[in-house]
Amino acid sequence: MSFLRIKNLCLKFGDWTLDVSIELGAGRCLGIIGPSGAGKSTLLSLIAGFETPYSGDIFIDAHPINDLEPSHRPLTFMFQENNLFNHLTLYENIALGCHPGLKLTQIDRDQIEIALSATELSSIATRKPSDVSGGERQRAALARCLCQKQPLLLLDEPFASLDPRLRSQMHQLVNALRKQHGLTVLVVSHMPHEVALIADELLFMQDGKIKEHGNADQLLENPTHPQLINYLEFTSSQ
Amino acid sequence: MRILSGVWSGIVVVVFLLIVIGGSITLTAMTSTPVSLSSALTDPYLISVIRFTIGQAVLSTTISVGLALIVTRALARRAKFPGRRLLILLMGLPVVMPVIVAIFGITAVFGKRGLLNELLSLLGVEQSFTVYGLTGILVAHTFFNLPLAIRLLLPAWESIPRENWRLASMLGMSSRQLFRLLEWPSISDRLPGICLVVFLLCFTSFAVVLTLGGGPAATTIEVAIYQALRYDFELNQAALLALLQLSLCTVAALGLLKWFRVFAATSGRKVDARDRPDIHSTIGKATDFFCIGICTIFLLLPITMIFYSGIRGPIYEVISDPILWLASARSLIIAILATVISMLLAMGLIKSVRFLREKTKQQKGAELALTIGSMTVAIPPMVIGTGFFLIALRTHTLAHATLIMIALVNAIMVLPYLLRSISPPYIQAGEQYYKLCRHLGLSGLQRFRLIDWPIIRKPTAFAIGLGGALSFGDMGVAALFDTDGQITLPVMLYHQLGAYQFNEASVTAVFLLLLCVSFFWAINQIIGR
Repeated sequence: MSFLRIKNLCLKFGDWTLDVSIELGAGRCLGIIGPSGAGKSTLLSLIAGFETPYSGDIFIDAHPINDLEPSHRPLTFMFQENNLFNHLTLYENIALGCHPGLKLTQIDRDQIEIALSATELSSIATRKPSDVSGGERQRAALARCLCQKQPLLLLDEPFASLDPRLRSQMHQLVNALRKQHGLTVLVVSHMPHEVALIADELLFMQDGKIKEHGNADQLLENPTHPQLINYLEFTSSQ
Repeated sequence: MRILSGVWSGIVVVVFLLIVIGGSITLTAMTSTPVSLSSALTDPYLISVIRFTIGQAVLSTTISVGLALIVTRALARRAKFPGRRLLILLMGLPVVMPVIVAIFGITAVFGKRGLLNELLSLLGVEQSFTVYGLTGILVAHTFFNLPLAIRLLLPAWESIPRENWRLASMLGMSSRQLFRLLEWPSISDRLPGICLVVFLLCFTSFAVVLTLGGGPAATTIEVAIYQALRYDFELNQAALLALLQLSLCTVAALGLLKWFRVFAATSGRKVDARDRPDIHSTIGKATDFFCIGICTIFLLLPITMIFYSGIRGPIYEVISDPILWLASARSLIIAILATVISMLLAMGLIKSVRFLREKTKQQKGAELALTIGSMTVAIPPMVIGTGFFLIALRTHTLAHATLIMIALVNAIMVLPYLLRSISPPYIQAGEQYYKLCRHLGLSGLQRFRLIDWPIIRKPTAFAIGLGGALSFGDMGVAALFDTDGQITLPVMLYHQLGAYQFNEASVTAVFLLLLCVSFFWAINQIIGR
């Protein structure tokens, strides 16, 4: 039984069409790779409800979510940027994951402490995003995602702007939290070999279509689709 | 239907503005007969008024912006010196200062018995300087618009990247080459807009011309409307002049559409002159500080004289007069009403603008709504005031609805300030956090309280403070509706000056200035903190 099922999902922007079907089991991590304009971020936006599909259905845990508002979907999202409100402290930003009006119960506070501790942010929780590093900002966004307590985590290249060392640390953190909380993760990346470190499966997209989908290690070692071979050669040469 | 629910507030505001502005213009047009329109083109009085209005506005703009260019360049070259921040802050004061108070200060410096003439007589110069007529109007307009132009010009220097200065240093560019190749391209983008803004302010200037000009040889259209309504009771003539004023302002405003973005004033603190190659010469330093010094003296002297005269005046007699407090209370009511109305109008508009940009991606529709609100800056208050005055006369409500009408005109007058201050951060917050807010389920009042309000609070406080202070100190429309010379504090001061009660006027001027600044300060403390 698939936890996430995307059936004939279609979106049109002029001549460009996205057309995908995906199935992903609970607790699995799917890395979505492909060149710019392939439709990776658009796919996440459709799942999160920021874009309305032309046709097709999305099911999470067998429940259709097409008609749900973004905030009512059982998922959390980390964007490429603007994951935090700059005028709020890290603590307040994280607390928004518990209650959008910041009316916190003791249970919420405990939950925030756990998230802060898991992301090693307890000592700087009162700082504002502008006063912390890029990695700390992304950890805070991840902590908020944890507080939202949703089973599906969507990551839209949130670590792209970090240096390789920090990126690696963040990937390890995501992996640890995924296992600890049993999260199902979809992560978009431009770096196939890095994302393969946490992804169980890889999905290669180009021009709005899925060209190849399979086990992460196998896909990288034995790619079959010519466009994927070209893409992997191109990314590894950079 | 979904779009309508998101833009209803904007539609209400636009319809409201169209009814209020359009209604008063229509009523004015109906009062003016076609015969008078044709004869106006040959009426020597009208021709001389138009010629003077345009002439003084062109001269004032040329002097203000020309001097501003010199002083701003000096300020840009000297990006760090003690008191620079205070000086730029001081340049904001003439914007908040009631015109009539500034005129009092200018008269104290440049008037017949002013400081300048005393200095000239000490030096043995017999020819005395006169502040009345065109000279006085130009001095006063420069006093108001020189600092404004400087604050609008400073971003031109802020926008030049540090690397450009470094490159210029490596290439060994002279000061002249720097101006031609680096500074002028940045200035020339903004200059037409700044000139147009200053021109419009001088073109529609009322209190300055009424006080320092006003005679047949120095009357602008705005003052002629007032004189036609209040002295001659020539409704037809007033209506004709109002339409003429509106037509000329519309032409200028159409030009303004293209350069509207120049309204963003600056703190002037971001100018980075470290790598300029032309800041080290002694002559350069001396010239810059000479320009900055003269400008500072020109702005500081009238302000100092206001306080100097005020503290030497009959303070107790003036402030124990209940008429002063009644006039102050009316001014305060007008200021509060005007800011509340203006705030409601501004929020209604920008809420819809953000909706259009976020949900429907209709950039043009959003820009249009914002432009309609901002373009009210080009509609002379006296034109709307004339319409309201005619309505009040016809409905016999002159005595009852006066304060509301004055407040309404002031609300429309300060609307562009509010829009230009609040809309950029409000819209940017929307664009930046749109997805995150939707994802977290933050909407409606909750989103406003937690996300939007903390972001727009400071600019809102500044805009409300500024709008309130401007309304508090405005004399134009209030003078039109005045019946006993005591309707508001600025009108009261004008009458004291007119009656040569200079001692009382000096105290009233300080009182008015302090109230304006206090209003501005209090709003910023209460809301902005």
